[in-house]
Amino acid sequence: MSKKEKIPRQMMPEQDPKVRSTNFDEVPLGYTEEQAVIEAGRCLQCKNPLCIKGCPVDVNIPEFIKLITERDFIGAARKIKDTNSLPAICGRVCPQESQCESQCILGKKGEPVAVGRLERFVADYERNAGAVQIPEIPASSGKRVAVVGSGPAGLTVAGDLVKCGHKVTIFEGLHKAGGVLIYGIPEFRLPKDIVDAEISYLEKMGVEVVTNAVIGRGKTVDDLLDEGFDAVFLGVGAGAPVFMDIPGENLSGIYSANEYLTRSNLMKAYRFPEYDTPIARGKNVAVLGAGNVTMDSARTALRLGAENVTVVYRRTEVEMPARAEEAHHAKEEGVQFKLLTNPVEYIGDENGWVKQMKCIRMELGEPDDSGRRRPVPIEGSEFVMDVDMVVVAIGTNANPVIPVTTPGLETNRRGYIVVTDEETGKTSREGVYAGGDIVTGSATVIMAMGAAKKAARAIDAYLK
Amino acid sequence: MTIDAPQIAAKRKAGQFVVIMTEEKGERIPLTIVDSDKDAGTVTIIFQVVGKTTMCLAAMKEGEDLFAVLGPLGTPTEMEKFGTTVVVGGGVGIGVAYPIIKALQEAGNKVIAIIGARSKNILILENEIQAICDRLIVATDDGSYGVHGFVTNVLQDLIESGEVINRVFAIGPVPMMKFLCEVTRPYKIKTIVSLNPIMVDATGMCGACRVAVGGKTKFACVDGPEFDGHDVDFDLLTNRLRMYNGEEEEARKGCRCHE
Repeated sequence: MSKKEKIPRQMMPEQDPKVRSTNFDEVPLGYTEEQAVIEAGRCLQCKNPLCIKGCPVDVNIPEFIKLITERDFIGAARKIKDTNSLPAICGRVCPQESQCESQCILGKKGEPVAVGRLERFVADYERNAGAVQIPEIPASSGKRVAVVGSGPAGLTVAGDLVKCGHKVTIFEGLHKAGGVLIYGIPEFRLPKDIVDAEISYLEKMGVEVVTNAVIGRGKTVDDLLDEGFDAVFLGVGAGAPVFMDIPGENLSGIYSANEYLTRSNLMKAYRFPEYDTPIARGKNVAVLGAGNVTMDSARTALRLGAENVTVVYRRTEVEMPARAEEAHHAKEEGVQFKLLTNPVEYIGDENGWVKQMKCIRMELGEPDDSGRRRPVPIEGSEFVMDVDMVVVAIGTNANPVIPVTTPGLETNRRGYIVVTDEETGKTSREGVYAGGDIVTGSATVIMAMGAAKKAARAIDAYLK
Repeated sequence: MTIDAPQIAAKRKAGQFVVIMTEEKGERIPLTIVDSDKDAGTVTIIFQVVGKTTMCLAAMKEGEDLFAVLGPLGTPTEMEKFGTTVVVGGGVGIGVAYPIIKALQEAGNKVIAIIGARSKNILILENEIQAICDRLIVATDDGSYGVHGFVTNVLQDLIESGEVINRVFAIGPVPMMKFLCEVTRPYKIKTIVSLNPIMVDATGMCGACRVAVGGKTKFACVDGPEFDGHDVDFDLLTNRLRMYNGEEEEARKGCRCHE
């Protein structure tokens, strides 16, 4: 056993669960310098580092960690930024346990190096030190690129292409740029000033950000090409909420996760009445699903004063798609879990507000297409839960606005944009590229960024 | 109110709407586009002061900037030559009716307009509509002007008078639209209504504006705002519109626009 293994993986300090479940401040507090250096010292500096292979954007992990051991924190941040323009965000929301950290040799016998926590530490260090440097932008190529959508994919494409000397304009439908980073992920998991800083960094590099512009409703993709954009990147996300289509689902007090989180995060309804947008403050809240968005919604409901928040999921803990850390945080804060349970009907009060949710118990049967055992209802096991608010967080679909208004843009039967080659993000339309959830369906920030990096390379090659 | 928004003015069609925010901490509210001027690059909206956002909007002075204007949104009115059409506008819904009347006229339809308000002093757009329709009937609830009574009675009388009507458009308060649909239902006259549920993003992302049409859930912001009124669940719409009554009152009290 090597000596390095004896140093334990450094814990990141967090707000106490009892305290944090009543505020919207960030839950993990980040490493101290000492912790970061100790943790970085655990890295074996493998000659053939597997961790890099686990990273969708090829961050040179051993290199940046080595710089941390040398206390060159700003150098470490810049090393990450060679390939990942959003380290402060990725350090917080990436599922490292199934990517870089899952490949770490230390993880075979003990605990892997905390790559995510280190990434977060150096990105925060650089930003807080005011040391963020605007890279030198090459002379203008004379080419213009329109990026539709300002989420993780759009921001990545914009950053990479502006660094190649192209003129980049981002079009965002909402009044604030950032996409899911702004409307979806709550403040307690990703502080919005970090997202704002990343966007202002892009603007300083020369990226133009146009908000309140829904491409497909106002201008179309063809309008953009006609106006003189040489290429278009579509990173519009999978924005349409999925409902279960069961009786009573339109009762008041039943939200899609998109609406609930948009009200709270984008419109800042959690600060009502300082902000004008209201949000229901349920006492007995059920949140359906088991993904990261489910956990975000459940934890938001707790912070908005709910007495009971219950995640209702039709499979078991093993099949839950949420990151283990998110489910763990939710449990610590007091979110309850009702597994192998599926809603079948809602019952409203005399004002049309939901008051009960009728559920049926499930058991796991044979494996389905996803390889997970299919949940099957147990006949006669129906029961009723008292609820005054429900958040339906069972996934999203493709928003049809762009496909419907872009002739010749091929989509699959579920409405997602077809790319002819995953390595380029090329679509069926000349000069039009796509990446992120609008191609893959709901995935992660980093997967969208990975696809965006490939598309940026392909667009740059196309423009040359 | 006229808003400088050249890109919206260039693209918008009858039946579409904009979303506006007066300030960064404000709410996003949908407002139907009443008219536009491509050359001047402007769109016109008409609104009734009901909540904090519209109070703030009313307090704005010429030349001031809105925090956000987004549009045109929604599916445009299905427009063709139907034959004889009746457009019924009630209250502030007359503003929504106006562009539909104009588009129907341009598509070669005979247009009978029925507009109504509680009282003469709050009746809007009478002259503008008079100028573009074949026949105008005005009704007031209190009898201060035109026919004394509701627009529903006027439509009922018109149908009973033997006028052959190919399509009805009804825009106004939810109860008005609901009862107008009951007037036309026995005669099987297709009746299009324009719905005004609560919206947040208004681009199909959140589902706040879901309505039940023919037993199916639709999003008014992208599938609508116009639907076949005979299939709409108006009671559901009424309930959902009441969802934040308490909070709206609280926000109104906190409004400092008029100080």
